[in-house]
Amino acid sequence: MTSLIRVENVSKRFTPRLTLGEKIAAALGQPIETRTVHAVDGVDLDIRKGEVLGLVGESGCGKSTLGRVIAGIHHPSEGSALLDGTPVMSTRHGKTTTRVQMVFQDPFASLDPRIRVGETIAEGPIAHDLVERREAAVYVTRWLEAVGLPADAAGRFPHQFSGGQRQRVAIARALAMQPDVLVCDEPVASLDVSIQAQIVNLFLKLRRDLGLTMLFISHDLSVVRHISDRVAIMYLGRIVETGPTEGIYRAPRHPYTRALLDSVPRLVTDSAELVTFKPIAGELPSPLAPPPGCHFHLRCAKAQPRCRLDIPARTPCGAGRDVACHFPLEDR
Amino acid sequence: MEPTSPFGRFWQEFRQNRIALGALIVVALIVLIAVLSPWITPQNPYDLSNLVLTDARRPPGFIGSKGFTHWLGTDAQGRDLFSAILYGLRISIQVGLVAGALAFAIGVTLGTFAAYLGGRIEALIMRVIDLQLSFPAILLALVLAAVLGQGKGPLIAALVTAQYAYFARTAHGAASAERSKEYVEAALSTPLPPRRVVFRHILPNCLPPLIVVATVQIANSIALEATLSFLGLGLPVSEPSLGMLIANGFQYMLSGRYWISIYPGVALIVLIVAINLVGDQIRDQLNPRLRR
Amino acid sequence: MTAPLLQVENLATHFMTRSGPLKAVDGVSFSVQPGEIVGLVGESGSGKSVTGFSILGLIDPPGRIAGGSVKLAGEELVGLPPSALRAIRGRRISMVFQDPSATLNPVLTIGHQMRLAIEAHETVGEKAARDRAAEALLRVGIPDAARRLDAHPHQFSGGMRQRVAIAIALLNRPALIICDEPTTALDVSIQAQILTEMKALARDLGTAMIWISHDLATVSSIASRLLVMYAGRIIEEGPVADVLRAPHHPYTAGLLASLPANAEPGQDLVQIPGSTPSLFALPPGCAFSPRCPHARPQCGTMPDLVREGARGVRCHFPLEIRGRA
Ligand SMILES: Nc1ncnc2c1ncn2[C@@H]1O[C@H](COP(=O)(O)OP(=O)(O)OP(=O)(O)O)[C@@H](O)[C@H]1O
Ligand SMILES: Nc1ncnc2c1ncn2[C@@H]1O[C@H](COP(=O)(O)OP(=O)(O)OP(=O)(O)O)[C@@H](O)[C@H]1O
Ligand code: SF4
Ligand SMILES: [Mg+2]
Ligand SMILES: [Mg+2]
Repeated sequence: MTSLIRVENVSKRFTPRLTLGEKIAAALGQPIETRTVHAVDGVDLDIRKGEVLGLVGESGCGKSTLGRVIAGIHHPSEGSALLDGTPVMSTRHGKTTTRVQMVFQDPFASLDPRIRVGETIAEGPIAHDLVERREAAVYVTRWLEAVGLPADAAGRFPHQFSGGQRQRVAIARALAMQPDVLVCDEPVASLDVSIQAQIVNLFLKLRRDLGLTMLFISHDLSVVRHISDRVAIMYLGRIVETGPTEGIYRAPRHPYTRALLDSVPRLVTDSAELVTFKPIAGELPSPLAPPPGCHFHLRCAKAQPRCRLDIPARTPCGAGRDVACHFPLEDR
Repeated sequence: MEPTSPFGRFWQEFRQNRIALGALIVVALIVLIAVLSPWITPQNPYDLSNLVLTDARRPPGFIGSKGFTHWLGTDAQGRDLFSAILYGLRISIQVGLVAGALAFAIGVTLGTFAAYLGGRIEALIMRVIDLQLSFPAILLALVLAAVLGQGKGPLIAALVTAQYAYFARTAHGAASAERSKEYVEAALSTPLPPRRVVFRHILPNCLPPLIVVATVQIANSIALEATLSFLGLGLPVSEPSLGMLIANGFQYMLSGRYWISIYPGVALIVLIVAINLVGDQIRDQLNPRLRR
Repeated sequence: MTAPLLQVENLATHFMTRSGPLKAVDGVSFSVQPGEIVGLVGESGSGKSVTGFSILGLIDPPGRIAGGSVKLAGEELVGLPPSALRAIRGRRISMVFQDPSATLNPVLTIGHQMRLAIEAHETVGEKAARDRAAEALLRVGIPDAARRLDAHPHQFSGGMRQRVAIAIALLNRPALIICDEPTTALDVSIQAQILTEMKALARDLGTAMIWISHDLATVSSIASRLLVMYAGRIIEEGPVADVLRAPHHPYTAGLLASLPANAEPGQDLVQIPGSTPSLFALPPGCAFSPRCPHARPQCGTMPDLVREGARGVRCHFPLEIRGRA
């Protein structure tokens, strides 16, 4: 299989600007603690044509940042995200392709409140000559229909829609650019429970109808399992495990993946059942000062002295999987 | 029918506040009669040949030698005060609006530009503006008016210099906040041309706080202009604005001829208070924390 | 059955808005036994938080409690003067919010804030207050508690801040804690820690809890009884496992069916059609009727909440009791 998106050794660091006081202190020779956040740390990742890749991990581990690098919103500090071999972004001109589009978590924030839905959907295609201004209305109707909204939605403002409908609008906006790849950053997390299934189904349908390639970022492990062909697990800026969905969920190789899966609460329908959790010990370390070696070693039950020293490399472990662990788990 | 456009909804809510609605009507009426003053005043107070010295300092209700009633009395030159106030309002509003609009344009361009570009340029622009904001506007205007001399042009220049920084600060704050919102990220990831991102998306969403600042600043520049004129640094004596009318009448206050100062003062206060009431309501409506 | 700790009867909380009165809570009745954890689930905007706030008397204008009664150990709380309510809040009932920064003051140390929380209700020495604060932090699994008392909230991670908020809620050993989506903003791994600790608290200290959430799985693993709200009303109640195994109300059934676990990977999920109703434009009768696959003309009249044994359902055509596939 050919990979459509190739992420090569991408790092993204955020360094907050120094305040005036700190600048003066630095000028006077005071050592200033660096507060650089290593949001994404040397990530390699392939997304194959036509597949849905799920990206999961704890809050703050860099999922959104990686998604934004792929979608051409952030310039990577190092490495690059390639679409069909060409970088999505250039240093001089910003984003260079329209073939990667993004759907955001919060449909209340991702739509401009002052602009009618029709214009929101049409402005990108018009700016990139995908459609003539004269024909924009028909074009918009087509995409509204594709996401299950009536044609008259084009004349309304975002506040006149419910959360689920807004997310449909945001999806229509992304689709109207006729992308090959859709980066979805927690697209159902802010929706009502009863609406989440509608949007998940919409993604499934779009994928069938349009053959979209997707990066599906979520912390809801059950949704990711449902929709993804493959998953990548991220921990503190690094990918720790990738592979086909079922294999990973059935037999995780990385201790972190196992711990993550174990801490998901299950629906209890038997009152006699004694519910116990297996929380991961300890806290997510600060991305300001990630631990040396394997980032997970402070919380890992299997950690050995070596884990503190060497960064484990991503190593293939059969069945299209790979894992970054010195002591990967066996089948349960 | 629920109005659907953001502006329609805004107006619907605005209407609910009787006081603000009243204030808006007062502002509109004052602006209207000020604009129409050449046609509705009995006298052109700037035309010296119209003035009759024997009619000077007459109390309200006096019927002058030209045969019409001076409802608000006359001033030391025999001007009909009603006419002088309307003409004065006209000048005050004109100066206030022009200065406000110029300060708005300059300030908003600088502030938004700074927020969009970021980095060094942003730091430089904002430092200059912060520095300027640490001086009282009146002091700055006083110095400038003294240096530039009398006349409308210098006066407006002084007012703009004293006030653009407020717009720049507000625009910068609002634009920086908008820049990090997801809809701007969405526009960047499409990608839309930068010009469109700034003018179609960021700027319109920055307008609410700017409108609030604009109403307050127009009221402020009217007051500032009146202050400068009162101190003799504003417009020439031949074109008395409200501030100068008040100043001219001031010396007669103690001799009981209160009207020469009081009525222009009342007109000024009504105008400024009304604009501020409208501004308050706009601010309340736009403040997300007070929203239901 | 023992006497209930909390008895809510026909509670109605309305908000006056520009578009008329909004009945956020519209006739809610339930009770909580000492030491019991009651789960409260439902759509966003269905009135879960407002129910919690109403119990605490924390409804500010334009909202008001329009009717009904809230009894804590037999004592009526509705209509009590604010000072009496303040004496109850934090001492006999406390609340944990979704966002811990709503509870924590960023400029005071954790220890200082905890001391204030204790001193609001009794006079204690500084040493005693510190000890009690440290003990509460230990209870929620914050290691090295005594030293952490001198830290400021920003020195804690999100999950730890939430645990501090829970520790503050525990300080005065309240009989009831209302938890409003305390883990929604947290990661599954931290959520698992907090669920474990809260369960232990209920078991060890006999603290009763109302656990508000929209995540059925979380609630099912901590609560023993479940209340399901829709559009300001309770539409189903009963022992958690029973309700989730055999829901009677079509909305509850729809929610359960839509869980990804109930579909083959890659296949369409079962979805509830339509969208969450506006409280201003509720249909006559059953609020769920426009979305309900079983609706018949009779659903145009409001069904009563019919209780039978431990279960209750507000539906004209409750689903048969059957095992779920
Ligand atoms: N624009 C930014 N400036 C500074 N730091 C940032 C910025 N964006 C993200 N970060 C930091 O980078 C790290 C990774 O953030 P990111 O949003 O990618 O995490 P995430 O995995 O998407 O988390 P979540 O599940 O909470 O969305 C965090 O520590 C965050 O604070
Ligand atoms: N201060 C207020 N003024 C007006 N309406 C309010 C106010 N607070 C809540 N409401 C309304 O009351 C209804 C119930 O709100 P509530 O916060 O209880 O919902 P919820 O079930 O907790 O939802 P969520 O899951 O989103 O937290 C909503 O329609 C909400 O808009
Ligand atoms: S490398 Fe070591 S520390 Fe890291 S997960 Fe594997 S066993 Fe644990
Ligand atoms: Mg994110
Ligand atoms: Mg709530």
